[in-house]
Amino acid sequence: MTAGGAGPAVVTRALRKVFGELVAVQSLDLSIARGEVFGLLGPNGSGKTTTIRMLCGLLVPTSGDATVVGFDIRTQSEQLRRAIGYMSQRYGLYDELTAYENIRFYASVYGLRGEEREQRIRDQMDELGLTPRRDQMAGTLSGGWKQRLALACATAHRPQMLFLDEPTAGVDPAARRRFWKHTYDLAKRGTTVLVTTHYMDEATRCQRLALLSRGHLIALGTPDEVTRHFGEKSLEDVFIELQRRDEQENP
Amino acid sequence: MSTLRDRIGRSALWPMLQKEFLQMRRDRLTLAMMVVLPAVQLLLFGYAIRTDVRHLPTVVWDESRTQESRALIEAIRNTGNFDITANVTGREAVEDWLKRGDASAALIIPPQYATDLKRGRTATAQLIVDAADPLSSQSALSGAALAAASHGAEILHAPPPPLDLRVRPWYNPALRSETYIVPGLIGILLSITMILITSMAIVRERERGTLEQLIVTPIGKPSLMLGKILPFVLVGYTQMTVILALAWLVFHVPLRGSLFQLYLITCGFIVANLAIGLLVSTLVRTQAQAMQASFFFLMPNFLLSGFMFPRAAMPLPAQWIGLLLPLTYYLEVLRGILLKDVGLGVLWRQTLVLVAFATLLIALSVRRFSKTIE
Repeated sequence: MTAGGAGPAVVTRALRKVFGELVAVQSLDLSIARGEVFGLLGPNGSGKTTTIRMLCGLLVPTSGDATVVGFDIRTQSEQLRRAIGYMSQRYGLYDELTAYENIRFYASVYGLRGEEREQRIRDQMDELGLTPRRDQMAGTLSGGWKQRLALACATAHRPQMLFLDEPTAGVDPAARRRFWKHTYDLAKRGTTVLVTTHYMDEATRCQRLALLSRGHLIALGTPDEVTRHFGEKSLEDVFIELQRRDEQENP
Repeated sequence: MSTLRDRIGRSALWPMLQKEFLQMRRDRLTLAMMVVLPAVQLLLFGYAIRTDVRHLPTVVWDESRTQESRALIEAIRNTGNFDITANVTGREAVEDWLKRGDASAALIIPPQYATDLKRGRTATAQLIVDAADPLSSQSALSGAALAAASHGAEILHAPPPPLDLRVRPWYNPALRSETYIVPGLIGILLSITMILITSMAIVRERERGTLEQLIVTPIGKPSLMLGKILPFVLVGYTQMTVILALAWLVFHVPLRGSLFQLYLITCGFIVANLAIGLLVSTLVRTQAQAMQASFFFLMPNFLLSGFMFPRAAMPLPAQWIGLLLPLTYYLEVLRGILLKDVGLGVLWRQTLVLVAFATLLIALSVRRFSKTIE
């Protein structure tokens, strides 16, 4: 589980994905350090989700290559899957299963059994404050609780690398703040986090950002660097300016 | 050795199965379809839908009013096909009853009926049947003809039979439709469970995003597919057992042949239909579409397999389509084993076809399904 040693968590070289006529991601070069909280920012259709899905092994790149925690995404998907966690926009929870049963299921799929598994479930519930909802059906949980449960499921196997695809869409600000606290706790323990978002306040919480527009990288750096690069007052202004240019170039 | 045991113990198949059964138990729609559907079908097809017509409301115009005419009426009544609801006088009254629909049959006995009988001449009586529904009138008429013939009378217009053909209904001597229909129900319900419920269960995972979540985990394709499919095989066998028990206890359908062989051959049928369910799940995006697509596959099964309507009566193209349905062969197996007490020695052809269907379809659908989860 410690492949690649201390090398970068994610390296992509000329990563490209084409769907028919549409170029979703073109020639992406990225490097993410271990333990970093890295944000992918961009308007809808800029290629954020496609990038994340390629790095998780859900999509095969059209060309280019990438390694995630030292594993090649084309040839070592089996090892890769054991080392990463993924939380999608749709959470991937089973509505008819309780919070406990959801975590137990995902922990078991990663091969955890017996007392080891039960201890892990207790830890996850404690850390995310899910214990009071232990036996509630996931389908009846509110958005914020679902989001936390999804995080508990995605990290039950203690992944080295965590992918969060718009994790806080549709949850209230308090829940979003708590969620980010948990994410930073994970990063402090050495988990690398790659998160996509279009909330500006969230983007500023990332240590580094990559801005995507129509499938290519247009800016990379800390939130401050990115803001200065575009000569705007705030990240939000950058984002709006980006969308304006995009609409001009693609009427 | 211990590493193999450890590998099996840690296989993702077990949590998949556990999760699947939990979901099945808690999802009301699925549970209802698995429990209520068989019950409703059994009631509908076992009790309500009958092709053997009984108790047609009948009016009588008896102009003879003799002991002999009353004996004929009694004989007709005793067939069980006709309920005498009223005595009327005059042809107009008879027509009136039939037109109103208050009577579906009328028995008219002319004045000379008794005298003809006594003089040794062919006595005639007339039975009018509302034949707007040809199926019901046919079986009612044949019942009446039998009754009349045994009574020495003859239905008007029917020429005397040139030869004496004795019909012996084998395997179902009482000609009860439930004996024919209920075994077929096993095939119908297995088709519904394997095609409709399985495809919906798989599509639901896709719809809710849990399939994507599963693909990111190290769960292998075999575990994922088996975990999705095996529970429904078990459900199918359970449904089959329950229906067999009810068929025997409630509907008195004979279970004459080897149940072991029946369960064995059923495996081929189940796999073939599961494959269709899996295939449906790869063709659609939503549960609603899965339901529609499943009915597209199920409808010909209901109508053309010989479940309700005899295939021999269908036009050739319909018969050809029937030959493409696994259910057609499985029905022959069901009725062969349950009603005729024949086994693999006789049913080997049907069994081979089912195995061929199963092999072909599962290879096709697993290939397609594998592509969708890459």
